[in-house]
Formats: sequence, C-alpha cells, structure tokens
Amino acid sequence: MSDWSLILYCGFVTFLTRFSMIALLKKEMFNDRVREVLSYVPTAIFPAIIFPAIFLDNTGSIQIEDNPKILAAFIATCIGVFTRNIIATIFSGLASYWFLIFVV
Amino acid sequence: MKTNFQVFSKGIIDVSPFMIPVVPFGLIFGILSIDIGFSPLATMGMSLIIFGGASQIILLQLFSGGASSFIIISSVGAVNSRHLLYGAVVSEHVSDLKLIWKIVISYFLIDQAFALSNEYFKKNKDRNKYFHLIGGGVTCWIIWQSSTFLGIILGEAIPEKLGLSFAVPLTFLALLVNDFRKFINIVVIITSGFVSTLGYNYIPYKAYVIVAALTGLIVAFILTKKLKNYE
Repeated sequence: MSDWSLILYCGFVTFLTRFSMIALLKKEMFNDRVREVLSYVPTAIFPAIIFPAIFLDNTGSIQIEDNPKILAAFIATCIGVFTRNIIATIFSGLASYWFLIFVV
Repeated sequence: MKTNFQVFSKGIIDVSPFMIPVVPFGLIFGILSIDIGFSPLATMGMSLIIFGGASQIILLQLFSGGASSFIIISSVGAVNSRHLLYGAVVSEHVSDLKLIWKIVISYFLIDQAFALSNEYFKKNKDRNKYFHLIGGGVTCWIIWQSSTFLGIILGEAIPEKLGLSFAVPLTFLALLVNDFRKFINIVVIITSGFVSTLGYNYIPYKAYVIVAALTGLIVAFILTKKLKNYE
C-alpha cells in the first residue's frame, strides 16, 4: 500500500470514529457501564506502545541490562506523576536519556 | 443570545491554555515522520487528513517497525475509538443541525475541544452553542498544522543519532501521568505493557497493540465490576 493510501485510510477511519456516533447514535446504546469501561481505552492502548519501545532492542529481543531507556523512562514517570506536566515529562525523559548515552 | 462569533471566540479563549503541550507534540511528530522517511508533503498530509496526534504517532511507530497496513489502520482506529464516546456525548447537543455541520464538527472533535465544550454545553442552552466546539477545534487545528510544519523543517536538520525516536514512548507516557495515581489504571497499564512486550515477537502481524489493549480493557471491565460489588 502506498504512503498516501495508508494516510487516506487512517484519516477515513479516524473521521468515522468521530462522525459515526454523532450521525447514528441512539442514546440507549451508551449506558454508564459502557462509558466507564471505554474511559480505560487510552490506559489500555498507550502502554502497548510504551513498553515495547523501552524494553525491546532493535531486533525485538528483550533488553534489561545496559538499557538507558529504562532508567530514563522511570525518571520521566516520576517527574510526570509529581508535576502532572506533559512537557516536563517528555523533556526530563529525553534529558536523562541523552545524559546516560552521551555523558555517563 | 450571544452572536455566533462571540461563542466561537469563547471557544478559542477556553481552549488556548491547553494548546501549550500541543506545540512540542506537533514538533516531535514532524521531526519523527521525516526521520522515519516520510516526505514533507506526506507528513503534512497526515496532520491535515487524520488530525489526531496520538494516532499519528502510533502510525509512525508501527510503520517504522514494519507493521502491515491492516494493523496500522486498525491500531489508528483503536486509539481513536475514544472519539466514539465524545461523539456520543456531543450528539445530543447537535442532533438538530444539518448534515454538513455534523461533518464539520466531527472533523474538529478532538480531546481538548471536546472536554471544554462539553462543560460549556452543560451551562449554555443557546441554539448556536456548537460554535464553541468549532472555535476550540479550529484553534487546535492551526496549532497542530503549524507545529507539524515547523517539525518538518527541523526534522531535516536534526541528526539521527540523537535518538529522538525515544520521544515516542515518552509522549505516550506523558499522556498517562494522571493514571499512575489510580489503582485500576496501574493494573491495566502493567497488564497491557506486559502482554505487548512479551507478545511482540509471537503475536502475528504486529497485532500485539490490539491484543494488549483488549486484554487491558478486559482487566478494566473485571476490576471496575469487582470494585462495585464491594461498595
């Protein structure tokens, strides 16, 4: 599939997630229970992106020793939980990562 | 009743403070997309056509890992499935509008604009209240497109060995910072992270994202139910 058709399909799917409920919704479909479980969607999806990107090396094998990304991510998490600030989280993680690979 | 323009402006003012984190997010997206090998035009196209930050970064992450188109498209759909909920909430406020307005509002239905307009809708019952959502959405649109553009320019100047791809997991980590204070969320995070890391090599077609997310949701479903039973 070409880059552009991939982008168009992704755009179409994204638009559908925004439009379908506005266009079709019957209110009784969404009760509080469904709403509650759906509120965990980001919590369930984001770690599936985060963890492999931290714990796996370029070949896809698990790398625990000699992996600066683990410590950097841990520092970023602590800063994030403490400050609740998106920018502080990203930059503390990047700064510790650079410190670990370039200085230490 | 306020004029359409006044409501639109109120939307812009309300959403503005929440645009500060959008700028580095857009920059990172633009830089990474160029780093991975997308053309500047395709990078701009993603921001214009998809207009959803988290899903665009996931597209990059999976694309660079060699995932199939089917997995990329379904992962983008899965990440954006939260919009179903936003649409469900907004639908009762826009049900009387013409189809064309529903399409416009859908395109601008993003996290920050939804959150703030939802509050506005609760307090205001005027017929033109939906201009608030459009005001917030347009503001975010302008910030997202211009920071993507800036990222594209920077991306062509930044060396690869800086390891900027590590900004991807960090960005998602930043979106989860409030979750680390809640017990169920921590369990869901660990479950999903565990399944995805261990399943990375064994789940075919890079479907580990969806499998891990569904496992996490099942855990959330069970835990929220159990917790209710104890109350």
